[in-house]
Amino acid sequence: MFFRRFSLLIYALLILVPLLIVVLTSMKTIQETFRNPLGLPEAGIQFGNYTAIFQEQTMSGYFMNSAIVTLFSVSLTLFFASLIAYGIIRLNNWIGNSIFILFTLGMMVPAQVSMIPLYSLMLDLSLTNSLIGLILVNISTTMPIAVFILTGFMKTLPRELFEASTIDGAGNWKIYSKVAIPLSLPSLSATAIFLFVMHWNDLLYPLLFITDNAYKTLPLALLEFQGEYSTNYPMLFTGVIIASAPMVIAYVFLQRYFVAGMTAGAVKG
Amino acid sequence: MKISKSIYLFFLPGLLLYTLFFVYPTVSALFYSFTDWDGLSQSFQFVGIDNYERAFTGDTIFRKSIGNNLKFMLVVVVFQTLVALAFALIVLKNNKTTIFLRALYFFPTILSSVSVAFIWSFIYDPSLGILNQLLELVGLGFLAQNWLGNADIAIYSLAVTQVWFHAGQMLIIFVAGLQAIPDELYEVAKIEGANKWQTFRTVTWPLLAPSATIVIAYTTIQSFKAFDLVFAMTGGGPNNSTEIVATYIFDIAFRSYQFGYASAISVIFMIIIAIITFLQFKALRSDRISY
Repeated sequence: MFFRRFSLLIYALLILVPLLIVVLTSMKTIQETFRNPLGLPEAGIQFGNYTAIFQEQTMSGYFMNSAIVTLFSVSLTLFFASLIAYGIIRLNNWIGNSIFILFTLGMMVPAQVSMIPLYSLMLDLSLTNSLIGLILVNISTTMPIAVFILTGFMKTLPRELFEASTIDGAGNWKIYSKVAIPLSLPSLSATAIFLFVMHWNDLLYPLLFITDNAYKTLPLALLEFQGEYSTNYPMLFTGVIIASAPMVIAYVFLQRYFVAGMTAGAVKG
Repeated sequence: MKISKSIYLFFLPGLLLYTLFFVYPTVSALFYSFTDWDGLSQSFQFVGIDNYERAFTGDTIFRKSIGNNLKFMLVVVVFQTLVALAFALIVLKNNKTTIFLRALYFFPTILSSVSVAFIWSFIYDPSLGILNQLLELVGLGFLAQNWLGNADIAIYSLAVTQVWFHAGQMLIIFVAGLQAIPDELYEVAKIEGANKWQTFRTVTWPLLAPSATIVIAYTTIQSFKAFDLVFAMTGGGPNNSTEIVATYIFDIAFRSYQFGYASAISVIFMIIIAIITFLQFKALRSDRISY
C-alpha cells in the first residue's frame, strides 16, 4: 500500500515539477536562471517576459494564425469526413467499401512519403506561405483517421432510422443533417478534440510551407525562438506557456472529452 | 432500399482534397523514387533502382538511422507499456484521487512536441538542468552527463522524453480496457481461492491482451514517426547519433535537395511501417478473447 502511494506520488511529481519549473522560469531573468536555475523568482510573481515577448515578437499574429488554421482545419475535416462516413454507410456496397479502404490505407502512409511531392505541388499552386494552403493540407492528411472513426461510429446506428426517414420522403441531405449528425455527436466531439490537439500542435507542415513571419503558427514560431534566444530559457518558456494556454484551459474544463478524444484517436488509429 | 444518386455528391469535397493533396503526392513519391530529381529543376533522369541500391548498400547514415529508430522504439515500447500498465492497475478504481491523477498523468499528451522539447532540453542541460543537480544532491554526481550532447546516450535521453510525453495516454487506454473486464470474473477467481498473481495471470492478462496490443502497436508506430521531438531537441545530432528515418528523410530532401533519393527512402520507410502494422494486426486478431 505504501509502495503504491509512493509510486503514484513520484509519477505525479515527475509531471508537476517540470511544469512548475516552466512557470517559475518564465518569471525570471536570464541572469537569474544561470545563477539559480531551480529557485523561486527573486522579484516574485512578475510578467516582464510576457510583455517583452509580445513586444519583440509578433506573438498575437502567430496566435491568430494558429487559431484560424486550427478552427478551419478541424471544422472542415469534420464536415467533409462526416459526409463521407454517411455516404459509406448509406451506400453499403462495393463503392462505399472501396472508398472506406482508400481512406483507411492513408492511415498507414507516413507524412514523410507524401511530403516531398506535396512540397512541389504546393509551390506550383502558389499555396506556400498561405494559411489556406495549410488548412487544405491539414484537412487532406487528417481525413483518413476522421473517416475511420466516424464511419465506425455511424455503422452502429440502426439502419431502420435512415430507411424510415427515406420513406417519410426525406432526402439525403436532410437525413444527414437531421438524423445522422445529431446521433453522432459523441463521436464527432471526440474526433473534434483529437483533431484540435493535432492541428494546434502541428509542426511539420508549417515547417515545410511557411517561411514568411506573417503566416507562421505558434509551434513553428516557438521552434525558431530557439535560434534567436538560444539558451534564454525564460523567454522560451514564456513562449511555451503562451502557446499552450488555450489547450491547457480547454483541458481543464473539457478533461473528460479530451481523454475520450485522444484515446479514440489512438485506439482507432 | 433504393437510395438517391445525390449520395455520390457527399463524397465529392473530401475525396477531391484527399486525392489532390494526399493520394497524388503519395503515388508521385513512388514515381520519383526511381529518378534523380532535385525538387527544383523541371527535368530529371530515370535512374532505375539506383536510389534503392544506394539506400541498402552505400548509405551508412541511413543504416544508422534505422538502428537508432529501433533502439528508440524498443526503449519506448518496453518502458512506456510497463509504466502505463503498472500505473493503470493502481488508478483503476474510480474515485476523486484516481480521477485527478489520471488527468494529471495524461496532461503532457496535450502539449506540443516543441514545448516538450524545450522543457526537456532544460532538464537535460548539463549546467542548468535539474537532472544533473538532482544526481549531485543524492550523491550520484559521477553520473551527471551531457544528456543530449553525448552521442552514446542521446537517443535514450530522447526515448525517456517520449515516454514522459505519451505514457499517460497509454495508461488511459489500459484503464478503459481493464474497466471493461466484468467484476464477476474476479469474484469467481476469489471463490476459487486464486491469489493476486494467479488472478492477474488468468483473468486480467488474457482479457487485457487486446488493449495491450493496441498500446504496443500505437506506441511502435508513434516512436517510428517521432519526427517533431527529435527535430526540435537534437536535430539528429550529435554526429547523427539521434538521426531517425523521419529526420533523415527531411534532411536529404530539404537540406541537400535530393528529392529522388529522399523519396526512395520514404518508400522504404512506408514499407517498414506497413510490415510492422500488418504483423501487429495479426497478433491483435489471435489475441482477442471474447467474454
